[in-house]
Amino acid sequence: MLQNYSQPLEFTNLTTWIDSTLGANLPSFWSIAIEMVLVAVALLAVYSLTAMILIYVERKITAFFQARIGPNRVGKYGIFQTVADVIKILLKEIIHVNKVDKFLFYAAPFFMIVASMLTFGAIPFAQGLHAVDFNIGVFYVTAVSSLGIIGVLLAGWSSNNKYSMIGAMRSGAQFVSYELSAGFALMTMVVLTGTMQLSEMIESQRFCWNIFNGHISAIVAFIIYLISGHAETNRGPFDLPEAESELTAGYHTEYSGLQFGFFYLAEYLNMFIIASIAATVFLGGWMPLQVRGWDAFNQIMWYLPSYMWFTIKVFLLIFFSLWVRWSFPRLRIDQLLNLEWKYLLPINLVNILVMVLLVLAGWTLNDIF
Amino acid sequence: MSNATLFLTVFLTGLLLVVAGLGMAILLSPKSFNTQKGEPYECGIPTHGTSWMQFKAGYYLYAILYLMFDVEAIFLFPWATIVRELGVQGLTSIVFFLVILGLGLAYAWRKGVLQWK
Repeated sequence: MLQNYSQPLEFTNLTTWIDSTLGANLPSFWSIAIEMVLVAVALLAVYSLTAMILIYVERKITAFFQARIGPNRVGKYGIFQTVADVIKILLKEIIHVNKVDKFLFYAAPFFMIVASMLTFGAIPFAQGLHAVDFNIGVFYVTAVSSLGIIGVLLAGWSSNNKYSMIGAMRSGAQFVSYELSAGFALMTMVVLTGTMQLSEMIESQRFCWNIFNGHISAIVAFIIYLISGHAETNRGPFDLPEAESELTAGYHTEYSGLQFGFFYLAEYLNMFIIASIAATVFLGGWMPLQVRGWDAFNQIMWYLPSYMWFTIKVFLLIFFSLWVRWSFPRLRIDQLLNLEWKYLLPINLVNILVMVLLVLAGWTLNDIF
Repeated sequence: MSNATLFLTVFLTGLLLVVAGLGMAILLSPKSFNTQKGEPYECGIPTHGTSWMQFKAGYYLYAILYLMFDVEAIFLFPWATIVRELGVQGLTSIVFFLVILGLGLAYAWRKGVLQWK
């Protein structure tokens, strides 16, 4: 029998309590409607809070990497800097540019935000705390997150600006290429776990996180996923689409005020989403570090609630991504595409076969021990 | 709640965020008119012509290659979930599939599609 060591701090208690109370006291239509509103409010709150925290964390960490102090005026240690920025960006005028394709220009932020929100909803934040849990979870995540690129292409094309156009084209080629690697790396882990549902994937990593379970193959897949996830979010050494010294701001040059804010928001959220999918698929998601048979140890590990484990893993990955971002110079577009098509993709295809061999021969850690 | 309802909720939340945000920004933000403001921003230099023009074909070649591998991924995902049950037979049959695709990539490579010119 698997023990959960359920504890008072978990959100599962709260959500099941709300569900049962509403179900008992109201007709099903109203209870579902109220739950929909609750889910929406919770999502919006977590979504915007995550973005604000991430922006602050990024600015502060970047400052440390560059031996600066970073934001330090608004509030103690500048913790209210992002709040001030949000208010400022809300009060900025949305400039109507003459020659843009109006419909596509205004539709682009919708694509960016909706795509990131749909992916965001599929992330298991803690035990029993996820909005959408399809049985094709991993596939859903790769499919939905790639909708964002439509927003980028629309933004670049409709802006009628050369910088935007070049930025969008670069971004399209880059995203489309690295999407393959990310998908294949996730597929390697699907081979290992034998399920695509994210909650089942986490459950299968109870005593052995995937990255240990699949050892060689899983580590290769993890590194490939980190690289391609980094490239998909247009960050770090892969930030050619918005290379500010050559393209001003890339595909969102013409956007101003909150419309620009939406692109900014989606970018940060995508960074978070990539990190949390990596944490979920490779590092066990919200599952604490447990060892089979060490009951006392496992119980100690469960004293930290599952959302804390998730947050720690995700923020370690984000820190790593920032580290990479500020350590490497920007790639040229041909180097970027070569890296994907001549190295990562062939390695990935071979890696899947190696993983199948490991699984079929019974050489995964779960099989050995 | 069923997954479909939740999916709808998340989708509507995304739409709501953009609509509410834009509505608020439009209400709160100042408006002023200036002919210079409507110009495309190209670092102060007057724009020369439109940017809806023919573009480098290199990007499209990558997009076509992507299409090939992406469709492959759709076939591979269901295979990946049940490869444990399929056993050796599943491995051998997918090797042929992957080899044919690898040949496709090798062909593109040989033809110089992957060379950025």
